[in-house]
This record gives sequence, C-alpha cells and structure tokens, in this order.
Amino acid sequence: MEFLEQQLPRYVDGAWITLQLTVGGAALAFVLAMVVGVLGTTRFWWARAITTVYVETFRGIAALVVMFWFVFAFPDLTGFELDPIFAAILALGLNVGAYGAEVVRAAINAVPKAQVEATVALNFSWFQRVRLVVLPQAWAQMLPTFGNLIIELMKATAVVYLVGIVDLTSVAQQIRSATGETFLAFGVAFVLYYLLAQVLIFGMRLLERRANQKLGRAPAGGGLLSLLRPPTVGTQVGVAK
Amino acid sequence: MSPSDTPDNDLHQGVAGEDLIVFDQVVKRFGDLTVLDHLDFRVAPGERVTLIGPSGSGKTTILRLLMTLEKVTEGMVWVGGEPFSHMPRGSGFAPASESYLRARRKRLGMVFQQFNLFPNMTVRKNVTEAPVHVLGTPRDEANARAEELLELVGLGDKVDAHPTQLSGGQQQRVAIARSLAMQPEILLLDEVTSALDPELVAGVLDVLREVAETTDITMLCVTHEMSFARDVSHRVLMFDKGRIAEEGHPDQIFNDPQHERTQAFLKSVLENG
Repeated sequence: MEFLEQQLPRYVDGAWITLQLTVGGAALAFVLAMVVGVLGTTRFWWARAITTVYVETFRGIAALVVMFWFVFAFPDLTGFELDPIFAAILALGLNVGAYGAEVVRAAINAVPKAQVEATVALNFSWFQRVRLVVLPQAWAQMLPTFGNLIIELMKATAVVYLVGIVDLTSVAQQIRSATGETFLAFGVAFVLYYLLAQVLIFGMRLLERRANQKLGRAPAGGGLLSLLRPPTVGTQVGVAK
Repeated sequence: MSPSDTPDNDLHQGVAGEDLIVFDQVVKRFGDLTVLDHLDFRVAPGERVTLIGPSGSGKTTILRLLMTLEKVTEGMVWVGGEPFSHMPRGSGFAPASESYLRARRKRLGMVFQQFNLFPNMTVRKNVTEAPVHVLGTPRDEANARAEELLELVGLGDKVDAHPTQLSGGQQQRVAIARSLAMQPEILLLDEVTSALDPELVAGVLDVLREVAETTDITMLCVTHEMSFARDVSHRVLMFDKGRIAEEGHPDQIFNDPQHERTQAFLKSVLENG
C-alpha cells in the first residue's frame, strides 16, 4: 500500500500521457481512414492510387520507425524540431489510419448495390449519396473493427518510451529501476492499461449499439445487456415482422 | 407502328415531336449475352405501358437503362426530346456524363422489386431526404408533402416508423411515396409486387391504380400481374429475346394474342399465377 501511495501520482501522469497519445492518434487515424477509405471506393483512378500508396506505405512500415523518423530524421532534413508527443501521434495515426482505411473501404463495399441504385433513382449527387446513405449504413459495419484498432493503438503507444516520452510503460520502467519492485511496478501498469482498454471498449460498444438501433437492427433503449454483442446466428436480423 | 417500318427520318421527327421516351435501335449486351437487340419503341406523355414477357427477355433492362443504372451498348435513348443515354458533343454525341444526367434524371422515378428503402432513415426521412437535398424543397414543405403522400398510400400513421418495422407491402408503399415525392414525369415500376406475399399484393396495386387514375404520370411497368396490366395500361408490349414480339391494347393482347410466343407466355402465367 505504501508503494501505491507513493507512486500512484506518477502512474496517473503516465496514464494521462498514454491516453492523450491514444485519443490523438485515434482522431488522426479516424480522419485519415474515412477520407482515404472513401477515396478508395470512387471511380477516379488517381483517388484510388492515393489510397493504395498510403495504405501500402504505412501498413508496411513499423509505427516505431515512422516515429523515429519524425523525431530524429525530420529535424535533420527541415531544421524543425517536432514535439515528441506530436511526432508520436503522427506516427501512430498514420499507421492505424492505414488499417482503418481498409476497414472503411470494405464496409462501404458491403453496402448493398441496391441501396446505391435507389440513390441514383432519387438523383442524389455523389456526395449526398455517400453522406446520407452509404456512410451511415457502413458505419455500423466499421465499428467492431474500429474497436479492435483503438485497443491496438492504445497498446502500441507503449513504444513512445523509446523517444523519451514518459508514458505509462516508461513510468513503470522508471519505478522498477528506482525501487526494485518489479512485480508491483509492472502489475500496476498492467491494471491501468486494462482499465483504459475497458473504458475504450465500453465507449465503442455504446457507439455500436446506437448504430445498430439507427439501422433498426437492435431495439431502442436497452440496459447493460444490450451492450453484449448482438446475436446474429439463429435470429432474423432486420427482417420485417 | 411497328419498329421495323419506322424509317430513320421519321424517328428524328419523333424525337423532336410528341414522344416522351424514344428507344432508337438500342442494343444492350452483357458480355456475350445480348439482352436488347436493336430495340425501337416510343412512349407518349401520360401513356401507361406494361412490359411483359419471359424472364431474361430484357424488360427490366429497359427500365434500368432509363434510370441510368445501365449504359446502352449501341443506339440511343431520348427523353423529352433530349438525348438521354448520350449528350451532344460537337456535331455528334458522346456518352452522357454524370453532370449531364443529374440535370435530367429527375424527370424519372423508379420503384424497385426489393423496395430498397434506406434502413438508416425513418419512413419520413426516406420520403423527404431527396426532395430536401436534391430539389431544394424547404424541410417543412417536404414534411407536409410526405405526410400527404403517406396518407395516399395508406400509411399516414407510419410516418415515424422505421422501415424494418413495416411489412413488405408497407415498405413498397413507402417506396412508391418516396418516388412520387420527387414529382417525376415518368414512373418506372420494376416488378413491384414480385417480392411480396400474395396477401400484400392487392394493397400495393390499389395504390398504383389510384396513382394512375389521379395523375397523368407516364408509367412503364414490368409486371406479372396481368389483371393490373389490363386495368391500368394503355398499351402492352410483349418482349421476347430482346425484341418486341407483339404490342397492342391490353384487351387485344390478353384476349386475342397473335404471336405464338405471347400465347405461350400468357398461358404459362395464367397457369402458374
């Protein structure tokens, strides 16, 4: 208990940095995933070329290397020093955004062709079609995978201690070497990562439930039980009564 | 007027003249499969035409070409005296661009076999989103019009329901209201009762009968409901292998079919339907 009393503020500071990196990286990844994912479904070859180059580049390079590049190579090249936290967010966002773009693209492609035909029959513009019909329907499909990605992103933030950012992992390392309490030092980090993940998962489940309700696949309201994954096999999903 | 004895110069008079829809030597191929084979036909404003024929004879393809869901392989489609499958370029024609089509496509509306309501919207939004965003109708006006139309199709009490809470027949009636909300000149009906349970068919057809009686919308209707075709249409076209095998007034086609393919087709429909 004494250990906790003494060290908890440092852990909280570290967890706060981890949370900032996660939220910042997720925000950047989300924007990139949406824009690049949608571009990947258009009929313009140059738009699909942008998607392909971005996805294959940042999916293929370790986020750690991208981060090193922003922290060490970028200042050499440009004379600008990036804030390490900003550089880390950039690296993580670019990396996870590449995975997210593929999720967005696949979800859009899974929207039935008949839905798109109905938008043509109503003379929607391309932008109206995407905004009013395709993305709202694809959204529910993206969310479970986005949930995976945000947890992966949160855990991937642990690499930032290599560029000197004092995140949760870094705090645990420092406390271990200072106190020699290996078991406790990492045990507390373990619990805090787990709690962070649970908060993120809970948020994603709420979003998912809301998305399914909007599509009429889940009843409105519903208590905690409705946060369980909805049944699919053996039930009639979206079938008219 | 049979297509074979329509000389070309006559056709161009027709294009500039009365006809709302003109198919001029239209060919549609999917790979090696020829679905429409040098098809000529015209539809006058306000005319209600039913397309019948065995599956694969090209009826639905005609509606999909008109709705610009497919492109012609050869030939041209004209709507309201303007080229529709193509656009003028220089002294000739080029395939129609999306912006060219967007300026003209609003003359047509389509109701699909599988309804294709938007599951991410309430019934109200299904009916109002296109008028608001595409035609620029003020939201209040679009709402009032949606309520009127839903009343017309007998679903005044379902305005705020979700499509998944409706039966197939109700969904199809919402889809009819949705396309009417765009005030099309031409309504394309693609086997609109084929996906419905038998007891739900009558409700949908009654709505369409009412639309036919109370408006002057031009209708092109692909259906297997022969009594409906007889009641509402001015003309029936019998398709076979991408061509019109026979056409005429519904009484003539149904009571006294001349072509052997029409006789065989009607016999099979009456036996199975």
